[in-house]
Amino acid sequence: MQIKSPDFKKNARIALQDVGLQKALGNLKAGFPVKRSIAVDRMPEFEDLRDEARDLKNHILGNLDIYLEQFESKVIENGGHVHWCRTAEDAQKKILEICQEVDAKTVTKGKSMVSEEINLNEYLEANGVQPIETDLGEYILQLREDHPSHIIAPAIHLNLEDVSEAFHKHHKRPKSDDPAVLMQEAREMLRKKFVAADVGITGANFCVAETGSTIIVTNEGNGDLTQTLPKTHIVVTSIEKVVPTLEDMTLFLRLLARSATGQEFTVYNTLSTGPRREGDQDGPENFHVVLVDNGRSEMVGTEFQDMLRCIRCSACMNHCPVYGSVGGHAYGWVYPGPMGSVLTPQMIGIEKGGNLPNASTFCGKCESVCPVRIPLPKLMRHWRENEFEKHLTPSAARYGLAGWAFFAKRPTMYRMLSKTSNWFLRTMAGKKGKISKLPLAGGWTDFRDMPAPSGKTFMQQWKEGQR
Amino acid sequence: MSKAEILGNIRRGLGRSEPTDGERQRVLSRLQAKADNLIPKRAQLPHAEQVELFKSMALEAAAEIIELDQIEQVPAACARWLTENQLNELVSASDEALNQLDWSPLGEIQRVQRVAQAGDMASLTTSFAGIAETGTLMLHSRSESPTTLNFLPDIHMVVLQRSTIVGPYEDAWKKLRAVHGEKMPRTVNMITGPSRSADIEQRLQMGAHGPRTLVILLIND
Repeated sequence: MQIKSPDFKKNARIALQDVGLQKALGNLKAGFPVKRSIAVDRMPEFEDLRDEARDLKNHILGNLDIYLEQFESKVIENGGHVHWCRTAEDAQKKILEICQEVDAKTVTKGKSMVSEEINLNEYLEANGVQPIETDLGEYILQLREDHPSHIIAPAIHLNLEDVSEAFHKHHKRPKSDDPAVLMQEAREMLRKKFVAADVGITGANFCVAETGSTIIVTNEGNGDLTQTLPKTHIVVTSIEKVVPTLEDMTLFLRLLARSATGQEFTVYNTLSTGPRREGDQDGPENFHVVLVDNGRSEMVGTEFQDMLRCIRCSACMNHCPVYGSVGGHAYGWVYPGPMGSVLTPQMIGIEKGGNLPNASTFCGKCESVCPVRIPLPKLMRHWRENEFEKHLTPSAARYGLAGWAFFAKRPTMYRMLSKTSNWFLRTMAGKKGKISKLPLAGGWTDFRDMPAPSGKTFMQQWKEGQR
Repeated sequence: MSKAEILGNIRRGLGRSEPTDGERQRVLSRLQAKADNLIPKRAQLPHAEQVELFKSMALEAAAEIIELDQIEQVPAACARWLTENQLNELVSASDEALNQLDWSPLGEIQRVQRVAQAGDMASLTTSFAGIAETGTLMLHSRSESPTTLNFLPDIHMVVLQRSTIVGPYEDAWKKLRAVHGEKMPRTVNMITGPSRSADIEQRLQMGAHGPRTLVILLIND
């Protein structure tokens, strides 16, 4: 996927005027947050589970090397293979190599954001292996040559008409505007592909060190068919997904579905442990786990380590006013929303991803819903500091901050200035109490009025004893 | 090469070198302990209430439940259900518990024992446990019960013994370890209701790629 994060401001402006996108984003806002809230209310222990999950993730990250090696040895013990991949390119090559070993023509895929991160589909296709996305949302996107705009609802930016159009074009069937009919079409089309595929690639929500198992969580059952029918199952996942025991995995599962879709539990939670056993009539003959690093190991021990607690539930973006206004594509790379604003600069560099941590009002909603209590606003602030230190902040912002700092360090002047501008703004606003045009603030006043200060400054009120 | 670099990075970040055997064992003792984390109160009910909770949660997840007094009634119940839905074949697991039943009530309906194939309409399997907390079935692979039976057919019928219903997931893991020791079955499937998707405009549609219908034959043994 081409990196378009440096164009965030332009992308956002276009997104705000995109009528179809705004309609589609309305579905998101009316859906996930409401459902999550109901699910959380039904689980009185939810806040305690969040605390435990945060602490457990911290324990795992503090011993990540030990748990990863343990996981690897258990996978091997069960007859599987583990491939450690430092970079996206390493992972691409390794997966292609496995596909070529079994002479694969087609590969079915369950939904995997790590596979997006390593740009797997384009790479396989360029090398003669045809990937077929099987998650309904991902399948729609593949037909449209589009990319996910959300980590669990990939086609959230599309409306029914878009899907109807894409299916009509590719399936050569009469056009339908009934979602049930469209889903039935996808089911029929993909059934043959599931059976014919040589390799199935899925992600993993967690990797269990105790047993050497990986687990996927899906509502459609596509991931299960993907990993059961072909001769080879490749799990592509990342190093921070390891958990110690089945009980530990269970703690995260209790939080995941409720935080994500607001379901009590996802329909299919499926553990895979090695290839088929003696006497088994189905299941893959080969089982591979591709462990992707791609910058994660460098986050350990830094101010960004907390981000490695993320379980990819999407609650942060579902509740984010910025994501809700511009959608996922504006962020310009794989991971959108608050979690993406922290992760993307790590993976593509702050030089290209710098706009993202700045695209936040720090309202704090993301942190308040995060199941593993990642301090997302704090981490975004770290990136802003990082950007400032590297002199990457735009000059207008730098001069503005320098100007503000000059006065902030001189309290008498600061107070005089705030008193003067307070008077100035109130005079400008007149009786209306609102300002419709203000020099240098066109970005605000072109779209809405600026409210005038309502009274005296804080320091004036303080002196007058109005505490 | 990659492995050494990744582990090296992690260790540098953690401010230590490769752990000694002692340090490693201390951390990995967690894997032996297999301690429970917080278990919600709703999963800690007396057994009779767990069964009620299982039923209401499974129904909420859009599963169908047929209650039977004994497992011997399974063939007749399957026959009724399949006849009502005008189906003439049942692809079945070959567990002893199923094979020993008298299947003559099926009449014209064929019961075949094999892996599932594209186009199969109905399958029958047993389950390992029911988890009351969320109305979830736990199944696992073995030679008698191919995994495709759980995902490929349109209708999945599952026999669940009342006595195997537990409160929390944790009790199901304990049961699984008691039967299988340290080696997990190749796949463990936790199933809560039939397949669905809301990928088109967030509008929920039932029957995406897995079974459209999940029928639980609950045996009140």
